Amino acid sequence: MANDPEEKQPSANLPPEPSAPKTPAAGGEPASKPAETPAAPAAAKPAAPPVPAAAKPAAPPRPPAPPAPPKEGPVALDNDLVKRYKEKFGSAILESWIDRKQTILVVARELLAEIALYSRDDEKFDWLSDLTAVDWPKREKRFDIVLLMYSFEKNERLRLKVHASAEERVPSVQGIWSTANWMEREAFDMFGVVFEGHPDLKRILLPDEWQGYPLRKDYDILTQDTAWIRENLGIESGQ
Amino acid sequence: MPDERIPFATHADHTVLGADEIVLNMGPQHPSTHGVLRVKLRLDGEKVIGSECVIGYLHRGVEKIAEHRTYTQFAPYVDRMDYVAAVSNGLGYCEAVEKLLGAEAPPRARVIRTILTELQRIASHLFWLGTHALDIGALTPLFYCLREREEILKIFEKFCGARLTTHAFRIGGLQYEAYDELESDVERFCKPFDKRVDEYESLLTENRIWVGRTKGIGILTAKEAIDYGASGPVLRASGVKWDIRKAMPYAAYDQYQFDIPVGKNGDTYDRYIVRMEEMRQSRLICLQAIENIPTGPIMGKVGKVLKPPPGEVYHAIEAPKGELGYYIVSDGTTQPYRIKIRPPSFINLEAFDKMIRGHLVADVVAIIGTLDIVLGEVDR
Amino acid sequence: MLMNVLHFVISIWVPLVCAVIIVAVLPLVTGYMVLMERKVMADMQARLGPMRVGPHGLLQPIADAVKLLIKEDIIPDEADKAIFWFAPLISVTAAMLAVSPLAIGPWFQIAELNVGLLFVVGISALGIFGIVLGGWSSNSHYSLLGALRSAAQLVSYETAAGMAIVGGLLLAGTLSTREIIQAQDDYGTWFAFAAPVGFFIYIVASIAETNRAPFDLPEAESELVAGYMTEYSGFRWALYFLAEYVNMVVVASIATTLFLGGWLRPFAGTPAFNFLDYLPSLLMLGVGAYCFYRAPKQPVKVQSLFMVAVGLMMFVVAIILFAPLIPAVANMLPGLKPGLHGAFWFLFKVGAYVYLFMWLRFTFPRYRFDQLMRLGWQFLIPLSIVNVMGIGVALVLHRHWGWSHFTAFGLTTLITLAVAGWLGWAGEKHDAEHAFVGET
Repeated sequence: MANDPEEKQPSANLPPEPSAPKTPAAGGEPASKPAETPAAPAAAKPAAPPVPAAAKPAAPPRPPAPPAPPKEGPVALDNDLVKRYKEKFGSAILESWIDRKQTILVVARELLAEIALYSRDDEKFDWLSDLTAVDWPKREKRFDIVLLMYSFEKNERLRLKVHASAEERVPSVQGIWSTANWMEREAFDMFGVVFEGHPDLKRILLPDEWQGYPLRKDYDILTQDTAWIRENLGIESGQ
Repeated sequence: MPDERIPFATHADHTVLGADEIVLNMGPQHPSTHGVLRVKLRLDGEKVIGSECVIGYLHRGVEKIAEHRTYTQFAPYVDRMDYVAAVSNGLGYCEAVEKLLGAEAPPRARVIRTILTELQRIASHLFWLGTHALDIGALTPLFYCLREREEILKIFEKFCGARLTTHAFRIGGLQYEAYDELESDVERFCKPFDKRVDEYESLLTENRIWVGRTKGIGILTAKEAIDYGASGPVLRASGVKWDIRKAMPYAAYDQYQFDIPVGKNGDTYDRYIVRMEEMRQSRLICLQAIENIPTGPIMGKVGKVLKPPPGEVYHAIEAPKGELGYYIVSDGTTQPYRIKIRPPSFINLEAFDKMIRGHLVADVVAIIGTLDIVLGEVDR
Repeated sequence: MLMNVLHFVISIWVPLVCAVIIVAVLPLVTGYMVLMERKVMADMQARLGPMRVGPHGLLQPIADAVKLLIKEDIIPDEADKAIFWFAPLISVTAAMLAVSPLAIGPWFQIAELNVGLLFVVGISALGIFGIVLGGWSSNSHYSLLGALRSAAQLVSYETAAGMAIVGGLLLAGTLSTREIIQAQDDYGTWFAFAAPVGFFIYIVASIAETNRAPFDLPEAESELVAGYMTEYSGFRWALYFLAEYVNMVVVASIATTLFLGGWLRPFAGTPAFNFLDYLPSLLMLGVGAYCFYRAPKQPVKVQSLFMVAVGLMMFVVAIILFAPLIPAVANMLPGLKPGLHGAFWFLFKVGAYVYLFMWLRFTFPRYRFDQLMRLGWQFLIPLSIVNVMGIGVALVLHRHWGWSHFTAFGLTTLITLAVAGWLGWAGEKHDAEHAFVGET
């Protein structure tokens, strides 16, 4: 059974929106910015001003209600949280939407580390629960790097997303959360996403000599198999 | 294959007495690395000055398999990750897919799920206690723990026919109605169970050797625990009072009263105490739940063919070992586009290097034990 | 003339035969000690233990021995082969030699040495060479660490054990095993009661010396796999195992000889307790009766027959043990009672001591190496020295100042206990101040 990205691949280049018929969320960011990548260097520094207001509005800490607005499917989102992020990082916040009551921010790759640091220190998303990647081979930037964060204080989860092509390097957040170390290694192992600034980026689950990146959609076990057969058995194909 | 030979000893100047540094390769075949974990230890005499975990010996590519199965077909696979807590894995997966579908299990199913999951937590903690004590040299608690665990497995067997990898739940609810004596069986197990926990504690809690072996070993402060992404008992023993069952209730946990035990020092002893207390709390939850199991359907409206609308969802539950999360991306077909599992063991194990530095070889097994890892879940 | 020849023959042949018997029997005894250990363990852990080979697993040791003998003998490629081959022999030889001066009842003794106890202590300490050499020659890290631990542990605890023995020797005034037991008979009390602290030190030190849990660090299976034995398999491994269990017998015999009155019956000097003479045969009778009771419940007929045979054997032993109590027989062979019953009581005490070892093993977690060393050097060794001084003072008080046994030994024991309390407290305080916190 080879890869079947063909059948499964949604034809669009942004993951969920195109096939979600119900909302106009997709392309147009309803909020403020036309998405343009040039990092917002101005916003990078001043951490202090927007912060004090930050902690309150989202949700009261204890009560076990999930995050804010209840709606089905991916819907564009522009609540206080997003506003604060946009205020701080401007155009680096490319998109924001809410899907199954879960907040998702798509941010510029170059500023990932800064935004992650801001999330941890100022927005109090101090616990990185997972970091992973999703492969959309049809897209120009095929990888989504997904950071799942949690705030003990607000009892809320937030998802940061970054788009990256296979050649692009993603800033490592290992210095912000030590736990990202193995998660990034796993993403590298499975997808070949290279994290800039990771101290020891090598394979973690697969053996060091493994060829290819198995969770990419175009990864084919037959290729791997054939390579092994050619090398070890000296025949063309095992099929 | 890069055949780096580990030298028997390497010269080192930073050791006490300028002694040579030994590289000790523990595992993957070792009696107390809990499976196929391999730890490369750098030793100065018996003191550990560095470590590296080599994992992946049990990697089965669960996430890749998921992309070639339908949502329903994949459900049994998750049982094989944390195979000592299969019911919890199944609950997490089923609820995640339900969330993705926008469906919900009916109340009866949710209560039964809660009961079984809590029993599974007890079983998992029992297994942890037995093996952890065995690692530290106490042989006997293991058999007492297995004796009680057996009772739980019998309940599972009666409920769904399987004992270990149960596949107890279905997406949308339960496939089978609970058997008639479920309540009485659970009650018969739970009623005397706190006495049993006392029995284990009498063997260990105040034992001088046990205290000496666990107090002050593998300390993880609250800040470090959060930094290392630790969850579950490991996080709580460091003093962070956080339990997904309370913070973001799922199944039927919002209906029951229970405490979240927390530790103070974040050492091996605290983690032991926290888990012991968790067993008692789980018992209380079970007892409350069997009081009043609602009647009604056991299967929600999910349809025969599961075709979640495109989008993505992250759903986490409090598995016995910590936060077990499923991040599922759907492209609108019957097969998940991507499933990422957040395995608590994998991420808790990451703190191992931090915890072991400066300790002795004997503490390696104590710390591996206290992290409560299952390699099936670490490697997936 | 004839008597002289006869005497010569006996003096040569009896020890020789005894030696052969001991060398032949010890492996069997070891095997059954392992079975006993497994049964005790099973009993404490709510299990049955070995049940399949023979009725109630009675033939398990034989099966194990056969398995070990025919197992492939693996010598690692990079091991130092000669030493690897030779090391277990050192251990097992030393352990078996140490049995020779032990008096198992007045009848059974291979060699009566006037330095008996010193010989035992010295020879059994040689066994450590086998362990260290075996660990080193295996060329494995686990073995090396195990051997190092073993060496350090033995050196530390041999000192404490030696000092505890010195305490007993002061009381006895002799090194000969027979005379030590005789001395206890004359005292009217076992030395365990005269020097309880010394006895306690010896128990702890002897557990550590024989590498038994909770001091089984050299072979801590959860850390070092099997310690110095990691690379050994089959017969060579069995030799180490044999040495370990023989060592257990040896330390138990020393403890029995020195502290528990050797072959003396409990309350040997008190006629009111003479009914205890019936205990040996009653015990055997009980075991035999139990065998008969279980015999019909065996699943296989052969096993039932085997069980009956064991029961009959027990009855025969009971009769033999009862014989000296019959006045007619006692008159004819006056040495029979101390000989047979002495052996029984000696072995009974050794068995009880070994049972204590097993009990501790299944109850306690394992010490860590630094804790073990601290216990040895900071607690046991100072305490054992104080104990020796205390016994010395008590003897002076008794012999020269005319104090009664009870007051003299009571006083010094109390003082020693006070010192023990202080040592414990000081150690605890020291630990608290130097609490080990991992590297930051």
